[in-house]
Amino acid sequence: MKREVPLIITAVFGSFMVIEYFVPHPTVTSFGEMLQQWAIIVVAFAYVLGVANIVRINGEKISRRSKDWPYAFPLLAGLAFMLTVGVVFGVGNGTLFNDFYLYAYAPMSGTMFSLLAFFIASAAFRAFRIRTVEAGLLAVAAIIVMLGRVPVGAEMWDKLPVISDWIMNAPQMAAKRAILIGAALGAISTGLKVILGIERNYLGGD
Amino acid sequence: MEGFDRRYVFVVILLVVLIPLLAPLGLPIRVSKEVVGAYDAIERVPPGSTVYFACDYDPATLPEVHPMSYATLNHLFSRDIKVVGACLWPGGPPLLEEVLTRVGEEKFGKKYGVDFVNLGYKEGREVVMVSLGKSIPGTFPADFYGTPVSELPIMDGIEDFTDVAMIVNISAGYPGTKEWVQQVQSRFHVILAAGCTAVSAPEYYPYYQSGQLVGLLGGLAGAAEYEKLVGVSGTATRGMDAQSLGHLAIIVFIVIGNILYFRSTRSRRRTRG
Amino acid sequence: MNRVRFLFIIAAILLFAGFGPIPCVSGAEPDSPSEVTLADTPHEEETSTAAPASQAPRWIDPDRINLMVILGLFFFLVLLFIRKAVKGSPLYVRRISGLGAIEEAIGRATEMGKAVLYVPGIDDVNNIQTIYSMVILGSVAKIVAKYETPLIVPVCKAFVVPLAEETVKQGYLDAGHPDAYNPDNIRYLSDEQFAFTAGVDGIMLREKPAANLFLGSFFAESLILAETGFSTGAIQIAGTANIHQLPFFVVACDYTLIGEEFFAATAYLSDEPKLVGTLKGSDWMKVFLIAALIVGVILETFGVTAFTEWLTVQ
Repeated sequence: MKREVPLIITAVFGSFMVIEYFVPHPTVTSFGEMLQQWAIIVVAFAYVLGVANIVRINGEKISRRSKDWPYAFPLLAGLAFMLTVGVVFGVGNGTLFNDFYLYAYAPMSGTMFSLLAFFIASAAFRAFRIRTVEAGLLAVAAIIVMLGRVPVGAEMWDKLPVISDWIMNAPQMAAKRAILIGAALGAISTGLKVILGIERNYLGGD
Repeated sequence: MEGFDRRYVFVVILLVVLIPLLAPLGLPIRVSKEVVGAYDAIERVPPGSTVYFACDYDPATLPEVHPMSYATLNHLFSRDIKVVGACLWPGGPPLLEEVLTRVGEEKFGKKYGVDFVNLGYKEGREVVMVSLGKSIPGTFPADFYGTPVSELPIMDGIEDFTDVAMIVNISAGYPGTKEWVQQVQSRFHVILAAGCTAVSAPEYYPYYQSGQLVGLLGGLAGAAEYEKLVGVSGTATRGMDAQSLGHLAIIVFIVIGNILYFRSTRSRRRTRG
Repeated sequence: MNRVRFLFIIAAILLFAGFGPIPCVSGAEPDSPSEVTLADTPHEEETSTAAPASQAPRWIDPDRINLMVILGLFFFLVLLFIRKAVKGSPLYVRRISGLGAIEEAIGRATEMGKAVLYVPGIDDVNNIQTIYSMVILGSVAKIVAKYETPLIVPVCKAFVVPLAEETVKQGYLDAGHPDAYNPDNIRYLSDEQFAFTAGVDGIMLREKPAANLFLGSFFAESLILAETGFSTGAIQIAGTANIHQLPFFVVACDYTLIGEEFFAATAYLSDEPKLVGTLKGSDWMKVFLIAALIVGVILETFGVTAFTEWLTVQ
């Protein structure tokens, strides 16, 4: 039953939600709304499980002295600190939680994200080699769009933004649409497989 | 080419981005029709109406998309439009709170709970989006501070998306603009304008072209264009000079990289010949 | 699972939903205890989706019939080809070079005496890409077990950890090397996107794996991971259906599985008939869509808009 029950739940509720999209009858839509509320509650509860999982995994790491186990201490300490501070003093403007969020967490996140600027430059320097005609077209299109999207491009030549817009609105959009359609079909077929029980990897091992 | 130390590239990028931030060039900003579309959509909202503000990003993308929030909220509050804000990213509520307070309360003298509200965060992604379409108070029964929404005057008469004039979504990934289009715009036919990171913007052009999005702000450039339209000079406008020089630097690197590549290919051919 | 029993359970639940005590039958009382709400809400009547009193509730939304037809056609194709595959009809799947390169990359890592790094994306188990990544991880685990190459799997979400552990353990078991499985190599780093990225970068720079496999759902961290991996000299194979990250992987990695190729990976690696059938069904659906595009373009060119209007989602 360990595998059958999740399969039944997936099949029944998955099928129902697909049907619900096409059936406006109150009988069906009301039940669909109720399922959505259940989903929100279950997902919210998953956060509790997530925290418990984090504590368990890192606790095991410390007790087993696994690889990089000392780093588990600041992780658990940070978790406990932010949780306590948020619950006791609140999370609004001016609270300790908000200060740590804005002046520690936010700059650290932004710093990691900012690495992309440097890596894009080094990747472009390394990878944009015009070995073939197609690569040449790609490089030319990239240069036009890069210049057309920023003020300096319009200063260099006022037609550059117009050509850049055309590249974005015609060939680029056509290619994006094609990939979108392919990925969407893949996702729909996977959803169908999960609902029908053909795809069972989300259940874990055999 | 292989022996070229990429740290030289990093130093050049650092300089071309840092110098214009300290000494702005003041390059003029050209406004694109996608941004004008978003501006015009908000211009058409009657004063006193309510707009749903979906703040779906976290601190990592703050420099790129937070200026969009500032600019669009400037526009909304300047037209006396009420704002109901909420987040589908756990790191979003403090950012939304910060921008609502700075722009709404401090700049325009708006009152929390009357002119704007921060409903906080709810996990559930697309499910929450669809649930909002059925009942906003049902999905967010309390605001970010735990106050029941029934006690907030701004939420009087706000039941679902038929009671809001439009949705403004500022997003940095998933869940974000694509999900708002797929789950909300296509189901409930709400007017939807979006702002997103530059890397995601090309993915949403088809939605703009089909009319599912009335406007699209793409990256820092989109934010700067919107700042120009609303007459505000913020961090996005200041950042455009740096972005311009950064793009130029990358183009120069591409050209140098190809010159070095062709030279090495030719010398290899000569050696073989 | 007995099919008759299965269908009976579905029918029972739908009947219960339709005619049972759940107040979705018209005329629900306000404050009904069985009406699920998260808290008292100001608006307690039936939702706006109910049809006006003067009109009988509809069982089919006429505005969505076009979608129903297209979806029905797609489901029919998928089920048809699954049936054909199960019956043993030969179905051709073209070679995806990125997948073939995986074994080559693992071989290279074995020769160099270094580890293979497998990053299953940063999203949770509810993402289809993470599920598919686990399938590919199982195949990779079998190969590394055969070659006795260390496999490091950094994980971003706590819920993915037990799934990854079981998948890798099963792979080692299937290869006949259960003792070689090292649970310390499944490393939960952080739920936070860039903290996880920093952790993986650290692993790449310290342990210098010879092969990096980035297969799953990735976002802004994709280029940071790929560039750092490139700087260590590793061979890199990436695959994601997040199309906004594809350019970064294409530029920085040796092989990239683009969009649907990533979904096709399970069918290719497992050679499971049902999965191959699904792939063929999707391919034939694309043929229909291309035909519809061509017909639509021709009709629109001659001013006939009925076809386009029918296909437009209302």
